[in-house]
This record gives sequence, structure tokens and C-alpha cells, in this order.
Amino acid sequence: MEIQDQSFVFSTPETTTVTEWFRAARVADFPEDGGMCVKFGNRQIAVFNFTRRGEWYACQNQCPHKMQMILARGIIGSHQGEPKVACPFHKKTFSLRNGQCLNGDEQCLEVYPVRVEQGYVYIGIGRENT
Amino acid sequence: MARIIVVGNGMVGYKFCEKMVNRSTEHSITVYGEEPRPAYDRVHLSSYFEGRTADDLLMAPSSWYADNGIQLFTGELVTSIDRRAKTIRTHTGKVDSYDYLVLAMGSGAFVPSLPGTDRDGVFVYRTIEDLNQLQAYARNARRGIVMGGGLLGLEAAKSLLDLGLETHVVEFASRLMPRQLDDAGSDILRARIQSLGITIHTNKRTTAITGTPRVDGLSFDDGVTLPTDMIVISAGIRPRDELARTCGLTTHARGGIVVNDGMQTDDSSIFAIGEVAVHNNMIYGLVAPGYEMADVVVRRLAGDHAACFTGYDMSTKLKLIGVDVGSFGDAFGETPGSVPIAYTDKCNGIYKRFTISEDGKRLLGGILVGDTKPYSLCHQMVINGMPLPGKPEALILGDQAGESAGAGLMSLPDTAQICSCENVRKGDLVRLIRDESVHTLDGLKKATKACTGCGGCAPLVNDILKMTLQTLGVHVKKTLCEHFAHSRQELYDIIRIKGIRSYNELLDNHGQGDGCEICKPAVASLLASIWNDLVTEQDTIQDTNDRFLANIQRGGTYSVVPRIAGGEITPAKLIAIGRIAAKYDLYTKITGGQRIDMFGARVEQLPEIWEELIAEGFESGHAYGKALRTVKSCVGTTWCRFGVQDAVSFAIRIENRYKGLRAPHKLKGAVSGCIRECAEAQSKDFGVIATEKGWNVYVCGNGGARPQHALLLVTDVDDDTCIRYIDRFLMFYIRTADPLTRTATWLNKLEGGLDYLRDVVVNDSLGIGASLEAEMQELVDRYACEWRQVVENPTLRARFRHYVNDESADETIVYAPMRGQKSAADWDNVNK
Repeated sequence: MEIQDQSFVFSTPETTTVTEWFRAARVADFPEDGGMCVKFGNRQIAVFNFTRRGEWYACQNQCPHKMQMILARGIIGSHQGEPKVACPFHKKTFSLRNGQCLNGDEQCLEVYPVRVEQGYVYIGIGRENT
Repeated sequence: MARIIVVGNGMVGYKFCEKMVNRSTEHSITVYGEEPRPAYDRVHLSSYFEGRTADDLLMAPSSWYADNGIQLFTGELVTSIDRRAKTIRTHTGKVDSYDYLVLAMGSGAFVPSLPGTDRDGVFVYRTIEDLNQLQAYARNARRGIVMGGGLLGLEAAKSLLDLGLETHVVEFASRLMPRQLDDAGSDILRARIQSLGITIHTNKRTTAITGTPRVDGLSFDDGVTLPTDMIVISAGIRPRDELARTCGLTTHARGGIVVNDGMQTDDSSIFAIGEVAVHNNMIYGLVAPGYEMADVVVRRLAGDHAACFTGYDMSTKLKLIGVDVGSFGDAFGETPGSVPIAYTDKCNGIYKRFTISEDGKRLLGGILVGDTKPYSLCHQMVINGMPLPGKPEALILGDQAGESAGAGLMSLPDTAQICSCENVRKGDLVRLIRDESVHTLDGLKKATKACTGCGGCAPLVNDILKMTLQTLGVHVKKTLCEHFAHSRQELYDIIRIKGIRSYNELLDNHGQGDGCEICKPAVASLLASIWNDLVTEQDTIQDTNDRFLANIQRGGTYSVVPRIAGGEITPAKLIAIGRIAAKYDLYTKITGGQRIDMFGARVEQLPEIWEELIAEGFESGHAYGKALRTVKSCVGTTWCRFGVQDAVSFAIRIENRYKGLRAPHKLKGAVSGCIRECAEAQSKDFGVIATEKGWNVYVCGNGGARPQHALLLVTDVDDDTCIRYIDRFLMFYIRTADPLTRTATWLNKLEGGLDYLRDVVVNDSLGIGASLEAEMQELVDRYACEWRQVVENPTLRARFRHYVNDESADETIVYAPMRGQKSAADWDNVNK
């Protein structure tokens, strides 16, 4: 994969001031155009390798609709260009950019910036989301 | 700041609060509700027995009231009002003062004065507590009677049926739903309800409930007694007006608090709304007029002194026990000079009756049973007094002509109310579509809240969307989603003809954007149907069930179903399943398709479990896929003294032939060994029933939400011919159906219906028989067990884990004990 040796920062949520870049896993551990769940302390973070767009996203793994730890197993895609993930349980969809629910009134997801460097994926943990 | 006290926290009381906080913040609101929980959706109460929980039914959680500055006291009954001091008192002795009082106590069940209504086992059907008690009692009951064949009574009957009781309905009048239906309509409804196993008794005057202390029967004035274990009384409603009576407000002789057009009682600071209010000698037992009353009071309190309730149309459309019923306007033809036209189709259980004005130019009302598609439009024509678009007969015959219906829709005035729950008018929708480029149903729902209440207006809103887009010159085409401007059938041809093998290849050349949860699984299913490549090769375009080759369940665990072809299994294999299920502590249950489902496996356990199952000779059962599930069988000539053919062997042959076959939706089959049909083949996508001479083949049946019997395709064929026809039938379905369409729905939409299908499959009228068979043979030859491939391939196996950076399991998964096994914890109790 050609991006392995460069450093990219993806989807920085504006309000986040990153205090720690958590090294999650190798790029190769993530499926193409799909996600995996990362354990960060007691927290579960869904990280998506959006190969088709050459982008990475991260958000909370818990779907706020029925409080299930599942979003990493959701299908990703786009809605009018907005990158999104669909919860496997009841197909609630959320923007990967800002976490907002796109087809309902569910609570907004917490989103995290992602950095890819030297073949590793890092998640930016900020003050407000610790 | 004015203090408002709302007495009663039902649907209308809640709606008042919602409308009030949206309108003004200059009032403080305090709500007293008698029931232990906040307001819930009483209209859909019977869905409680279909798996919805009390929390699912809430109009809003307790936090909503707090978030909006409303003080809510549940479980607190207001017992008196002191109008001079402007205070109320509750049963706990609490006193609270008001500037304005809104009475929304609703109604309770009317219990007729009969001997025996106080016996154990006599219930009413009104609150969640009623339902809980009823459910608990029903566990030890075999038979139940509902007294009352009106709308609520039939809902209650459905619940008894859902609880597994032999169900009877007793009605005093000569027909069911006497207030909405005429005799002919009621007969059709009765036939359809009876076919579900509910026994109906009309013209029955009950004289007593018998038994002590437990009820044991119902006796009638004709001397007959009907034995029963329990009784649900649903004989009407009685307004909860006690509070008004004791404080001297005017009440109606037949019950209810009398109000004026502004919903004011004869005390100008006290309002009454909903089922407790009597307006113009009418009590409105529906939720929509109650909401309208709430709106009037909100507007009055916000200073709009002209706000008036002017009566409400009592038209209804609903689904009763799976039967569509509609009644609108002058349903019974009471207008002088009016002319009825009616249509009865006893075979399909459809009845339509329209009341036409004397001059034949206007529709005045009607009754619809079994098919309410024309309801929305006809109802609009009535309330807007529109002229009939064509001859009156067209109302009955013109169903298929979508154009004339559309023309009628577009000629509705802009003021026509489309969504009565949220008061959305046609003009609001058209303006959003035309001026603000809201071009999706979801967008319209979000912008107007239309379709979010009862949902009944969704088809109408969708039609308005389509028609308006057409007038704007926007080409409306049946497309998969925003990423593909093609139908499923077009994509099928593109993939096949161009030899496309991957989702991205298709998206790059024939689509746009990045895909979504609709087109990815649909294309995945097409690729699997056409090439039968293993779905594991493109796992991230699969729905989670196909991605992890197991069925996801509450809590995020999966269930495992090995194939047990035809339901035949050796004792050794049964022991193997038991051993493996015990080892991994899985909950086991026999499925409807004659196999064994093991629940509660964590994602990382799946490959190990399958490794053991495969070692015991099992293979994937594809319970997770839109694929062939099972071919159920009865025991046939193998053992049965009645059997005329070897049903088990034939079922196993068929199941093994089509195992792994991916289709637009799941597929089920069955083989019965004789006419007694113990395998229930006529409820399957394809069913085979033995005759003395061979097999009868039935197609396009299904169970599910709208059960439909399979239809006879061909009779007395031999084994090989039978399989050849099923090959052709399945392949033709796979080629032409829309995504997620079962064979029954597909056939319903297929032009020419069963005759056309028989022409294609049996008479080969299109000359494609041989190619359909060849395509099927190709798929059969390419079958491989997906789970074997995963178990043997370390890369695929590595995908089955919860954390990418940790070997541990998801520690948030919780189970609850259930009759000696475990089950998923209720999802309202997890991870919060």
C-alpha cells in the first residue's frame, strides 16, 4: 500500500486538541473499505480504512440507538459525498466526519482523528474525550 | 410565569406537553399521571406481545420531561380539585396550585354490569399493567374469549392468539366492527380472521360470567354456554370524568366533560382534551382528534383566542390482525339520494364499497376491507370535496391504472392535509420538494415529521414526492440507491454480460460515489448468485451476517446453524452438536426449519466452533445468508403408514442441490410425503407434495408478516422433471426479482402472474429453459462450504476477532439466565 511510508492525518474533528496519539495497529490489520474495533483502556473505538477514498476514520464503537458495541462491523459508504457507517443492527447511519446521525435523531457519535505513519494507524485522543 | 397542571399522562396529555414546549417557554408545566410509567403508545399496545418492550412504546423517556423543564409525577393520582383556591390534591395528600388546569385523564374500559365480572381470569385491555396480568394468567390457560368485536376487541383477540390461546370473539351486534363496516364488509373481515384460527360468535347477548373463584365460561341468553379459561372485556370505553363530577364541572349524561370550541370547560381556567372531553355531544375515541384538541389549547394559552376545535373526521385506516381495513366519510350511504357501488371478491378476501353523490360526480365515503391502497386518495377526495376524476366505476376497476390515481393526487388542493398526526399539508411537501430540493422520503420526514406518527401517510407522501419530481422534469426511475442508477435486474445483466467480478469494478464503471449499506449487500448477493464465488472473498461489502457467516443477535453475539438436510440427523451427530454447544455454553433451540440453532457465540469463537462441527461432518447451513435455508420434510414412505413417496430422500436431494444458492431473499422449501402435507410445503418458496403418480409442485408461498399460500405450478411430475422445473423457477426468480423480495411478493408484482410463470417455467415460452437450467447447474457445480474455507485459511480466520489490537473478547457482552440456559440480556439494560 503506497501510503505506508508517509504520515497522513485524517478527519481531525475541529474541537479536538490531541494530547496523545495512540498506536492502534498495523495498516495491514484492517480490511479494505471496512473497520475493526480498537481497545483503548476501557474504551472501544471503531477505526475504518476507507480505501476507496484513501481516508481513515475513527468513532466510538457503541451505536447509541440500542447501546450495542458494534459499529466497527458496519458497512461504510457515502451519502451525498458524506462518508458514513451503517449500524448492522437497525441500519442507523452516522457521518464518519462529525458523528451525526443521518437517518434519525440518535445521539451524535464521538469521533477521533486518525494518523497513518510508517505502516501504523494512530488514534488521536484529546482532552475532552478522555 | 403561568403555572399549568396537566392531569393525565397518556398520549394526548403528552402531545399537549410536546406542543406546549415547542410553542412557548413562558409557562411552567407539571404533569400528574396515574400509571407507574410515562405516556406510552396505546395505539400499538398489541405490539407488546410481538416483542416490543414497555420502553419501546414510550412516547418519550422520563429524561425528555426533565430536559424540557416539565415536572412529571408518575404513579400519582389526582383525587380532587378545589376550583376556588385553584389547587389540586393527590392520593398521597400532596397539594399543588395552578393558573390553568388541563384535564387529559382519557378513558377506562367500560365493563358492563353482568354477574361474574369480578372473577379471577376476567381482564380489560387498556394499559401495560393489564397486559402484564393477562400475559401471566394466559400461561395456565388454553382458551380465551374476547367480549366485543369492535376495533379494540379484535386487537385484544390478536394478542390472545399471539399468546398461544384458542381464541374466541363474542359480539352482541350482528357483525364485527359495527361502527365502521357494513354487513358485506364485515363478512369478508370475519372470513379472513377466522382463517387465522379465531372463532367469531355474533348476535350473542351475554347473561353471565360463570365459575368461582376462577372464570370457567360465558353464558348467553339463548341458553348456550361457552367454556373458557379467561375473558377479556372490550365492550367500549368510559371517560374518566370522576374528578370533574366531584368539583362540579358540567359532564355529559353519557359521561365525559363538556367543553366548548376552545376546549374550555365551564370553568374558564380548566380545559379538557382527548377521550375525556365531550365536544358537540361527541367523544372522539381516536388519537388524531385528541392531538388536534391539544393543539387548540396550546394555541389558546399562547394567546390565540380564535383557536377552535371544529370537530374531526372519524375516518380510519388500520391493519387488524393482518387485514387492512378502512372506513371514511359517509361509509354507510346515509346521505339522502346517495348511490352505493360495491365490489366483493370472496376468493381473495377483498371488499370495496363507495358512496357516490346523487349526481354521480362526487365521492362521499366508503369502506375498504382487504385492500386499502385507494384509501388515502379517496379520503382526500372526500374531505376536499373534489370531483371524481372519471366515472365512479373507475374507483373499483381503476386500481391498476396508476396514472389516473396520480392525476387525482396532483389535483388535490395545497391545503389538503396529508399527515393528520403532524398536520402536514400537501402544499408544505410540494414546496419543500420544489423550492428546497428535498428529494427523498427521508428528507421530507425529517423536515416535516410527516409519517413519523402512525406512518399511515407514508405511501401518499412517497407518491407526492414522485409526482412532484416528475412535474419538475426529474426522471424518476427504479434505482437501487444514490450510487447506482440501475434496477437490480439491469445490474444482473451488466454483471453477467460484462463479466464483472467485484463490487468496486461495478461501482467504478457503472456507479458513482462510495457505495452504501443498500447497494453493497445487494451487489454482493448478485455476484454470489451469478458466479457463486465465496462471499468471504469480498467480506466488507456483505451485511454483518454474511461477513461473519453467522446470524448476529442482541448483544452482538452470533448464532450457529449447521446444515441438517431434510431434517434428518443421526444420533451420533445429535450428540456432537450437544457436546459442542455444552463446551461453548451455547443456548440451543430447534428451528422452524427442522435444524438446531446455537446462540450466544462470540465472534472470535466462531472459527473454533466450526472447526469442531466440520470435524464431525457438518457444513454451513447458510442461515445467515439471503440463500437457500432448508428443505423441510415429513417422514414419507420411510416410516409413515400414509406416505406415498419417499419425502425425506427427495428433500435431502433437493436441499443438497441448492445449498449455498444466493438469491434476492432467503429461500425455503419443503417436501411432503402425502396429501396430509405435514411438511407445510404450501407455505414455502417451493413446495413439493407427493401424489400416487409423482409430485405436485407449488411455488411462491411464504410465512412471515404476510403469509401467502404457494400456488400449484404443475402436477404429477417425476423426480427429474420436478427438479428441472424448480431449477428454472429459482433461476428466473434470481434473475428478475428486486433486492430483498421474497418469491411471493415477486409473483404478486409479476405481470401475468402464475399463468405467465407457468408459461416460462413449464412451457418454456421464452425459450430460456435450457439456459436457466445450465446456469443453475453451473452454480451447483461450484458449491463449496464457506465455513470449511474459513477454518482452513489462516488469513480468513484472523478476521474473526473483536479487537484488532488485543486478543481478549468483548468484555461488555452480558447474558441473562433463561430456563437453565443463557440468553442475551435485554438491550435496554446493557452498556448504559
